[in-house]
Amino acid sequence: MSVAALLEGKRVCVCGGSGGVGKTTTSAAIALGMAAQGAKVAVVTIDPAKRLANALGLEELENEPRRVEPERLAPSGLEIRGELWAMMLDPKRTFDDLIERLAPTPQRAQEILGNRVYRELSTAVSGSQEFTAIAKLYDLDREGDFDLLVLDTPPSRNALDFLEAPGRLTSFLEGRALKAFLRPTGIGMRFLGRPAGVLLGGLRKITGVDLLADLSTFFQLLGGMTEDFSRRAAQVEKMLKSDSTAFLLITSAQQESIDEAIWFRRTLEKGDLPFAGVVVNRVHHDILGDGDEQQVGAELAGLLTPELATLVTQNFHDYHVLARRDEQNIARLEPELDGRPVLLVPHLDDDVHDIEGLLRIHRYLFASAEERAQMIAEVVA
Amino acid sequence: MTGKGGVGKSTVAIALGLLGARSGLRTIVVELANQERVQRTFEHQAEHFREVELAPGLFTISIDPQHSMDEYLRIRVGPIGHAIGSSRLFQAFAMATPGMRELLSIGKVWELAQLQRKTRGAAPYDLVIVDAPATGHGVGILRTPRTFAEIARVGPIAHQGRQIAATIADPSFTAIVAVALPEEMPVNEILTLADALDREGLELEHVIVNAVYPARFSEEQVGELDAALARSESSLGSTAVRAALSEHLRSDTQREQIARLRSGLESGIAELPFLFADPLGRPELEQVADALAAGLNEPDRAGEVVT
Repeated sequence: MSVAALLEGKRVCVCGGSGGVGKTTTSAAIALGMAAQGAKVAVVTIDPAKRLANALGLEELENEPRRVEPERLAPSGLEIRGELWAMMLDPKRTFDDLIERLAPTPQRAQEILGNRVYRELSTAVSGSQEFTAIAKLYDLDREGDFDLLVLDTPPSRNALDFLEAPGRLTSFLEGRALKAFLRPTGIGMRFLGRPAGVLLGGLRKITGVDLLADLSTFFQLLGGMTEDFSRRAAQVEKMLKSDSTAFLLITSAQQESIDEAIWFRRTLEKGDLPFAGVVVNRVHHDILGDGDEQQVGAELAGLLTPELATLVTQNFHDYHVLARRDEQNIARLEPELDGRPVLLVPHLDDDVHDIEGLLRIHRYLFASAEERAQMIAEVVA
Repeated sequence: MTGKGGVGKSTVAIALGLLGARSGLRTIVVELANQERVQRTFEHQAEHFREVELAPGLFTISIDPQHSMDEYLRIRVGPIGHAIGSSRLFQAFAMATPGMRELLSIGKVWELAQLQRKTRGAAPYDLVIVDAPATGHGVGILRTPRTFAEIARVGPIAHQGRQIAATIADPSFTAIVAVALPEEMPVNEILTLADALDREGLELEHVIVNAVYPARFSEEQVGELDAALARSESSLGSTAVRAALSEHLRSDTQREQIARLRSGLESGIAELPFLFADPLGRPELEQVADALAAGLNEPDRAGEVVT
């Protein structure tokens, strides 16, 4: 099955996976391929390699996608029947933008943007990338300017962070539990009575009074906006669970990555999120096939000096070990997928950071299963 | 130890732990992301939030914010600490407060590194290796204590935040080590990390470049391989020669990236060879430790794995 078939009728494609597995490149290649087929596609990336960003004309962090000029895509040799748009997400600006839109008055927005708790929240704290990426995805989906949105998720170590962090931040912003604490004269406080007094004392002892005061100011500023955050969170969840969303899992064939992919897949299932398939990058294919490894040395004997033949044989052996390792890891992944497809992309000879490179990956992603098998056979032949 | 996912940071952390233990240091490898990977590698029954001895002198612990908070409250607030910690409202507060999770985790790391341990009956360590989570540009968790000290200003959290921040910033006490792959993106990230640390007044002491392909073939040999490929009539022979040329290309690309890293950094740089084996068990880890020792002693060359 090709990526095009997987994304048939989808409006949102979320590419998840741990860092270092080619997630950004894969997302860009998917967006390119769908644009070639006639769709108006936007790819939202978080932290692309500089050369890839340059290749796509992404010079700076932004909070709106911009069109990738058709000339830039010309080196791919692909006929682009649709449009490719791209953006490199600026979490801080996206967060500020959200506050400005939700705040009842511009003055209130400025007060929030200047608040210390907010400043930390929107920059230093882990989770703000994930939160803003999802927020941006939701806004773009609602505005409806694109046929397909491809999200390259933030490069956290743990792929699950992407699913959990926005919820954590949202529940903080909703701040229901906190408000009871933070307004000593509030109704929550009176209901909670003495035990709450003890707790509050404990809290003060641990956190320092000023932190509480800052938080209190922050939540007072947010005021009615916390309801907006809750409402948005519910709508975001609806979007992510909808039939028109596809979660694609990007992984390498290494054990660590595959373990995480399996874990991620199970979490998607628990969360009722629509899982579409897996892309395994950098696969070492078995180039020996039915051949006999012992035979390699003999075949090389007439071709190379004995010294060089030994080196080449050793190299061949090492890669055969890797190929078998990859095969075993992928075999471990497959039963976890409920028959959803695994798309294999071979280990290419160099890093992919330009349009030609995207095309090389794109060819594998957009081939039918038979074509892909054929291409892999050509790589190894 | 910091580094992006997939660079083998955990493996290098364990290998460094083995080296520490070999040289007689009471060493602990701390995992922060609740993964218990160290224990799994040593086929040890996973025990959460406990200091477990894996080998003579080598310990590990897996830290999560929840347990860290419980412990902190017990030490700090005494008997009512437990009551506070188990209150749902408090949980919501602590876990939702931005950065609190990181602060609690790094607080426990700090406790492990104290010569006078606060945990009852616990012995001090000579070396604490932290397998830090890869968030943001890797600076996040190092900055958290200071951020908190700044937000809270007064009170115990501010005080402790400042104390931990000072410990992290003290190069005689703390070394920041990054693990990277010799590829364009990871090298960019390390260069960015070094800058970001610099802005925080911190120093990137060492970079360990992992999974470096062997430079098997000289340029002259590559010429011979090209020629051989042109006249080869054996399919298997051609395949093997092509695989060799492929590896040469990858190895060359890697070396360019390593050169870029060296020219962009003042930190020490050690190289670790690519291991053509997976999964990594104890014997492979011992090999990585050997290679690491060689790489750290001879920073200009990749350590050789002896098989």
